[in-house]
Amino acid sequence: MTAVLEISGLRKTYRSRRRGVRHAVDGFDMRVEAGQVHGFLGPNGSGKTTTLRTLLGLVAPNGGRMAILGQPVPQQLPAVIGRVGAIVESPQFFPHFTARDTLSLLAQAGGLAPHRIPAVLDLVGLADRAGERVRTYSLGMRQRLAVASALLKEPALLILDEPANGLDPAGIREMRTLMRDLVAAGTTVVLSSHILGEIQVICDSVTIISRGRRVTAGPVAEVLAAHSGGGLRVRLEAAADLPAAETALTTADGPPVTVTRHADHLLVHGVDQPARVTRTLAAAGLYVSELTPVTADLESVFLQLTADADADADVDQTVAADQTGAGR
Amino acid sequence: MNLYRAELRRLGKRRFVRYLVAAALLVLVAIAVGTFLGNQKIGPAAFAEAERTAEAEYRAGVEWAEQWRAECERSQTGGAADTNRFPPNCADIVAPTRDMYPAEPYLPATFTFHREFPTTLYIFATLTTLVFFAAGASFIGAEWTSGGMMNLLLWRPRRLRVLFTKLAALLTGALAVTAPAVLLWTAAHWATAVWRGSTAEMTAGAWRSVALTELRVVVLVVAAAAVGFGLAAIGRHTALALGGVLAVLVLGQSGLSFLADVTDATYPEAWLLPMYWIAWMDSSVELTDWQTCAGQPGCVPPTIELTWLHTGVLMAAVVLLVSGVAAWTVRRRDVS
Repeated sequence: MTAVLEISGLRKTYRSRRRGVRHAVDGFDMRVEAGQVHGFLGPNGSGKTTTLRTLLGLVAPNGGRMAILGQPVPQQLPAVIGRVGAIVESPQFFPHFTARDTLSLLAQAGGLAPHRIPAVLDLVGLADRAGERVRTYSLGMRQRLAVASALLKEPALLILDEPANGLDPAGIREMRTLMRDLVAAGTTVVLSSHILGEIQVICDSVTIISRGRRVTAGPVAEVLAAHSGGGLRVRLEAAADLPAAETALTTADGPPVTVTRHADHLLVHGVDQPARVTRTLAAAGLYVSELTPVTADLESVFLQLTADADADADVDQTVAADQTGAGR
Repeated sequence: MNLYRAELRRLGKRRFVRYLVAAALLVLVAIAVGTFLGNQKIGPAAFAEAERTAEAEYRAGVEWAEQWRAECERSQTGGAADTNRFPPNCADIVAPTRDMYPAEPYLPATFTFHREFPTTLYIFATLTTLVFFAAGASFIGAEWTSGGMMNLLLWRPRRLRVLFTKLAALLTGALAVTAPAVLLWTAAHWATAVWRGSTAEMTAGAWRSVALTELRVVVLVVAAAAVGFGLAAIGRHTALALGGVLAVLVLGQSGLSFLADVTDATYPEAWLLPMYWIAWMDSSVELTDWQTCAGQPGCVPPTIELTWLHTGVLMAAVVLLVSGVAAWTVRRRDVS
């Protein structure tokens, strides 16, 4: 597949006399295929927004390579920016201008005909209030206006940083539908969000960043499968039989399994074949009423991976400190 | 060209700029109307009335002098001369002469274009310079603080082009307002001179001088707009430009004045910006080195002439420096 966005070894370092050196992005890689909704996740301060700003020419990188629509950026950014719609962090507009004026000025600055303005305002549900000043808008309405400004270019790549910020549930659903429609029309969407359930529902692939580094990337299903742990949830006809089932499974022949007993089910890990569970329990006269693989959701994978990255970084720092101390 | 047109539209739509310019124009209209109403044409009747007043004042002066001398003589004859009140010789108290009471001071106010119009240009220049300095600072400062600049850069990533296109739009706006305004200002005062004063002595040379002063006023306004814009671009905030200029004018000028004083600099006024302002408006100003003649009676102190050209060079240097630093800052600094 064609990559619409490629980042390789991106580095951005901030130096400050008071805070010292901080690596906001540290050798980060990312690849987004055409025609996808790609989730870009990371905890606060992980380097997400810095990456997006760097990609869009707002922040100068210290190293690495980036390309948008096959063109190296920031060198060729002016050539491709007309096909890239973006909102970065919270939307900010001049408060005394109306939504129509705001879009009209942007369209004129970008050399676009103004005929698309009513269409995009309608698309984001702001047509009725397009003549009102932006300062009268709620956060959700400003967010919609930001999305409208990004859509004005009919972009091939749409980069949205927290587009659901301030939106009510109906607004989030509309945004989801809008993104699906855009992708169906051939637009690639990069979506940064903290609403992980939303990302899981809407995205085809994800990249997770922590402490400026990529911790995982790939299709959502593969990322979830890789981190689900292969566990099985086992329910029996009678919950009173759970202790006996636990004993049967832990004492059965074959590779050892780990069993965790809950009030109404068992969680079994380390099983090579689910049939082994049914066979073992049936042999013990216990009958399974439910046997389902335990699938991780994106939130748990995200929390697990970002916590691991934090722990690794702490270990790295400890080792570095030890080595520094040993060198003295 | 699209960006330039968009920025011109943006400038026109900015409420702060609109209100500021409208308020300044209202003040100028009020001054022009006040000048018109506060002056009147001097006819033979008004002159005769002034002559009568001057004559009455002269007579009152003579009467008062005679009374005073009489009191003085009485005081000396009585042997209790009040030396604090009267001179030793009462003959020293002399009555004023008629020529000490000309009619002119008793004439009503009249607007003589040749003499008074250049002074009104000071008012015009001060007001428009301040307005366009603030408008220039706000045009980019408010864009940075509101996030509008970042939005624009997501559409037009060539930062220097964006910066200088915005500046070009601003300067066009400043020129488009100031040039017609100064012509209307001239016309209004010419009308005042025609109906409420005098247009005498307005020779071709006098008109040329007025035109050059007005041209310099327009250049000053454009330069002020560029400096305000540049300072706000450097600090990414309107307040930085206003604060920066305040610091230069108050602290910088006080400091330079103090430095010139303690170092016994010749022509200390040459360190002060108001002198350059006067040179720009009046085409030149003469500075005198009073220190050279300190305690030497009869000494003629040396002088130098500060001309509009000196001010022009200083102004161009400031505009270039501020614009250069602004361009470097906008190009190099991250947008976050």
